[in-house]
Amino acid sequence: MGRYALQRLLGVIPLLFVVSVLVFLFIHLIPGDPARLIAGKDATLDEIQGIQRQLGLDQPLWRQYIDYMGNTLRGDLGNSIRSGLPVTDLLGSSIMPTVWLTLLSMAWALIIGLLIGMVSAVYHNRWPDYVGTLVSISGMSIPGFWLGLVLIQVFSVELGWVPTGGVDTWRSYIMPSLTLGAGIMSMIARYSRSSMLETMREDYVRTARAKGLREYLVVGRHALRNSLIQVVTVAGLQFGFLLGGSVMVETVFSIPGIGRLLVDSILYRDYTVIQALLLIFAAQFILINLLVDLLYGVLNPKIRYS
Amino acid sequence: MSGNSIGMGAGAPLPAEALAPEKSKGRARAFFRKFCKQRLALIAACFIILLFIVAAFGPFLTPYNPDTPDYDALMKGPSAAHWAGTDEYGRDILSRLIDGTRLTMAVSLSSVLIAAVFGTILGLLSGFYGGWWDRLIMRGSDVLFSFPDLLLAIGIVAILGPGLSNVVIAVAVFGIPSFARIIRSVTLSAKQTLFVEATRSMGAKNSRIIWRHIFPETLSSIIVNVSMRIGGAILAAASLSFLGMGAKTTEPDWGAMLSMGRDYLSIAPHIVYFPGLTIFLAVLAFNLVGDGLRDALDPKTKN
Repeated sequence: MGRYALQRLLGVIPLLFVVSVLVFLFIHLIPGDPARLIAGKDATLDEIQGIQRQLGLDQPLWRQYIDYMGNTLRGDLGNSIRSGLPVTDLLGSSIMPTVWLTLLSMAWALIIGLLIGMVSAVYHNRWPDYVGTLVSISGMSIPGFWLGLVLIQVFSVELGWVPTGGVDTWRSYIMPSLTLGAGIMSMIARYSRSSMLETMREDYVRTARAKGLREYLVVGRHALRNSLIQVVTVAGLQFGFLLGGSVMVETVFSIPGIGRLLVDSILYRDYTVIQALLLIFAAQFILINLLVDLLYGVLNPKIRYS
Repeated sequence: MSGNSIGMGAGAPLPAEALAPEKSKGRARAFFRKFCKQRLALIAACFIILLFIVAAFGPFLTPYNPDTPDYDALMKGPSAAHWAGTDEYGRDILSRLIDGTRLTMAVSLSSVLIAAVFGTILGLLSGFYGGWWDRLIMRGSDVLFSFPDLLLAIGIVAILGPGLSNVVIAVAVFGIPSFARIIRSVTLSAKQTLFVEATRSMGAKNSRIIWRHIFPETLSSIIVNVSMRIGGAILAAASLSFLGMGAKTTEPDWGAMLSMGRDYLSIAPHIVYFPGLTIFLAVLAFNLVGDGLRDALDPKTKN
């Protein structure tokens, strides 16, 4: 296990390096001179050169990369082109709504997904299984932004139960997290169903049944507990995808989170913010994957990594 | 592969084993029988055929001209004259949905097929030759997998600029690593089968072994992954259009229609309901068929 952990940790370093180079190159991959884009159409040559110097674009590429990474590691992600504010400030003010949103989505998705998966597995190939399968495949297929709009129309516009958007009260989070969690819930339901079906065929489950244990105890104490490890792993991996989904959901519900910040930055061509957000998203995604992998190794000693 | 198959969630684990070589006719019949047993997948397949017909003959099927505004019928709800109502310019929504089918199918199919072609070639080379070539391709796909897929697409569109052709590229790029991984693992197991070894001992060239013997073994995995990814591609393209990064609002794109209707949600919700429902049904159909194909083509998952 120790060797495996070390191997995985070391494997992440080159990956992070390549990802950071790619994200760094992002601003250079945009067709046209970034300084000219930033300065606007009517800028004079002097202004453009000023911006080039300010962003260090007149330096050789490798030098720029070293400066960029040096600043990033020191916690300086540069300033927004649009507002001039430090990107870290923008991040600081938009991170909490996104964190709440993803945590709430994950919480309900995990509970309901597990429940559906469990019922489907216990009633394998009978009608509860079919209903569960249909619910989970529908959850995967439904466009999140549409689900969000339908919820707004029904529960905010028609019934007036919850606000249409914003983050003023905790009630504002109900519909966004329902919307964001739907896809993850389906994935968890599918995984827990197949994982439960697998465990139910294990010898110890047959033994438990043979010694006359009640069915709910067999399911709850033996089958569920053993498939839980796999399900939690899969759920952990979905955190990264929740970030992708939060871009849509935050747009629909006007939540001032990181996803909304990304969309706004793209629409206003605020390249420094886009760059910083891409780097953070990717680094966070890689680290979560690493963490889940290691956790999986700890929780399940049966897994032998080659 | 090491624990990576668990570590990277984007590429769903798919059949690693190729079907046992048998007569292709018998294989096709067995597949057809298994597939038809799954009623839901069969209904979904019929719906997809319908979508293709609508995409092919769209202009002959629309009850109204999809682009002609009618200022006497602005944002009218569903009625006998306009089954799905009219939008904010009085254009018939059903006609626009029919017209947009072609666009949606073209975008999603082309992006998935591009991903399939590149991913398959990379996966075959990586699995067959191994060595540094394999390492390079697999590390490359690790890098692409480091970005949650919708974010990768958004980043690519941010570089290339908005527009449907760039959406196709963006969606194709995030599909490539999943094909590469799956095809690589099938290639690895196919490489070790007896018939490949026999062909090799008869002195066949590598290129011949790959295309004549290994490639056919990967076909079922390719088909399953293509069908599983089309739904996701439709969703991704619609999401990008909704964010204003895909289709122009003048184009009859399902996602763009939804995005326009958002402003009228409280007075004319049907402008949002019908395009969304259409996207949902199309994605659902592709996902159901993908599931059905996987169950029918991959004996391992059969319960």
